[in-house]
Amino acid sequence: MSSVAEERSIRAPWALTAPALMLFVGVLLIPLAMTVMLSFHDWGQYKGIEPVFILKNWQEIATDPYYAEMFWRTFRIAILTTLLTALLGAPEAYILNRMSGRWKSFFLLVILGPLLISVVARTLGWALLFGGNNGLANKLLMSLGVIRSPIPFMFTETGMVVALAHVMMPFMVLSVWAALQRLDPQIENAAMSLGAGPVTIIRRIIMPQIMPGVLSGAIIVFSLSASAFATPAIIGGRRLKVAATLAYDEFLNTLNWPLGAAVATLLLAALVLIVVGSNAMIERRYAEVFR
Amino acid sequence: MAHLELDRVAKQFGAQTVVDDFSLAVGKGEFISFLGPSGCGKTTTLQMIAGFLDPTRGAIRLEGKDLTAIHPARRGLGIVFQSYALFPHMTAAENVAFGLEMRSVPRSERAERVRAALAMVGLAGYEQRHPRRMSGGQQQRVALARALVIKPSVLLLDEPLSNLDAKLREEMQIELRQIQRTIGTTTILVTHDQNEAMSLSDRIVVMSQGRIEQIGTPQDTYERPASAFVSQFLGKTNDFAATIDRTAMPARLVAGSWSAPAPAGLSGPVTVSIRPERIGFGDAGLGAKIVTRIFQGNHWLFQCASECGPAIVIRQNDGQAQPAEGEGVRLAWRAEDMSVRGGAAS
Repeated sequence: MSSVAEERSIRAPWALTAPALMLFVGVLLIPLAMTVMLSFHDWGQYKGIEPVFILKNWQEIATDPYYAEMFWRTFRIAILTTLLTALLGAPEAYILNRMSGRWKSFFLLVILGPLLISVVARTLGWALLFGGNNGLANKLLMSLGVIRSPIPFMFTETGMVVALAHVMMPFMVLSVWAALQRLDPQIENAAMSLGAGPVTIIRRIIMPQIMPGVLSGAIIVFSLSASAFATPAIIGGRRLKVAATLAYDEFLNTLNWPLGAAVATLLLAALVLIVVGSNAMIERRYAEVFR
Repeated sequence: MAHLELDRVAKQFGAQTVVDDFSLAVGKGEFISFLGPSGCGKTTTLQMIAGFLDPTRGAIRLEGKDLTAIHPARRGLGIVFQSYALFPHMTAAENVAFGLEMRSVPRSERAERVRAALAMVGLAGYEQRHPRRMSGGQQQRVALARALVIKPSVLLLDEPLSNLDAKLREEMQIELRQIQRTIGTTTILVTHDQNEAMSLSDRIVVMSQGRIEQIGTPQDTYERPASAFVSQFLGKTNDFAATIDRTAMPARLVAGSWSAPAPAGLSGPVTVSIRPERIGFGDAGLGAKIVTRIFQGNHWLFQCASECGPAIVIRQNDGQAQPAEGEGVRLAWRAEDMSVRGGAAS
């Protein structure tokens, strides 16, 4: 092969990926780097942002328990949301998979439907149902005498977890569904012929095989929940802040951009660590199922 | 008394009848094949025996007891699936041990039986392998060991060899037969491969469109096919239109320029069925011309255009000179080698 052709063969992939790479660098990497740099700048009520290198913002986050509480809440909500979607989504996907053709596509549409509606609209729906004394569900339950006071939903962590789980459910169902598709259609019959009852089949045969699907769904749900903004903003508002709404407030209300940038950077770094770490763990643990 | 008995079993899906009027008595230790093209109802029948499907009509009895009343998990049958359906998250040994675990066999006995089962199928030393790290043939053996280790009263094999390549399939056939002979388990094999059915079974059940066409030993079904379907499906065959000439004395069966004394009790137009390897080239007989001649190692395959339509002839490669393409020949066969169908009783 001549050197010209060789050179071309090296250059061609770069040239072909250049537009996408430039977009990636321009709208993701550079703003990200700027955000990280911003988190080391100084800020004052009257002097605004000063482009110096100090650790003030990071020290504040590390020492003030207010931030620790905020990050713990974010983590707690994301974990609970993930558990809830796994507990409901995995059986949902399994039942869906066992349905016959027409019902299957209908219910798949029902599950995916919410993805077509804005997160804001869906979350406001929950607010309409459970928003204090005027919430429809609360009114109904109270008039029936089931409950005396409205179910606390708005400005509670429970409310946030429920609303987030609703938003995230399709991701879990789809992920488990994909794992179920890989199952040998005769595998349950095989287990049955060897004397296994329905509970044993699910526990010993189905569960271990769809676990990778549940876990990769969990990674998606966890990272999306931890960085979710709209749902916590509507349900939690100012009273119950999470990392994402905290960063938003620092940027747009306090105008302390450097501190907001530090919060955002910490959230991103923590998420990357958790996601990459658990992904590596899952791949090692379930190597045989993934093959 | 039959070990396994199917009594006028039928299965309908909606208005469609998939299996109809299926009656069969299987003796203890017998090796039976359900043979037929895809969609003939052979797998459906097997699934009814296994209990994954309930028959619409009829009864299935195992040692006189009604099998349909027993949950599939309690029937104690060993099943090898076409896809093997091994548990991919378990090792070979864990796969084989699963059925024993379900039967609460004590741990030490379990380990011993798993080891013995894997050794029997030639997989000693593969205990800790995961199925996806094994070849198709090895997976097949694990599936067989898993089905046999529970000492099933009947072993059901659903096209177990169809995913293997030709050479491996032949090896597995021999091995399967040996294992079955050694342990003497009553076995039912579902297959669409006539060679497999013939080389493995004591008896073959030939099925077509949900019905039994013929039940018989491999030799029986091949030599004396009960219907045109059976003769076409089991090996190659020549069907010639012939007539019975009752004006001649004695009456003669005539196909083109070939003729023989007519069988008693038949008249009118009939179909004569004759296997290609039973036809020889002679001085007299059905006039034909060789169209193509194909060398296949141990035999020659001739495609001829005869007076009664296309004909196939197979001749052993015994060193004799064979007719060339385009050569005119006379096809002859012995009357006892053919079967005659149709015709009116006279």
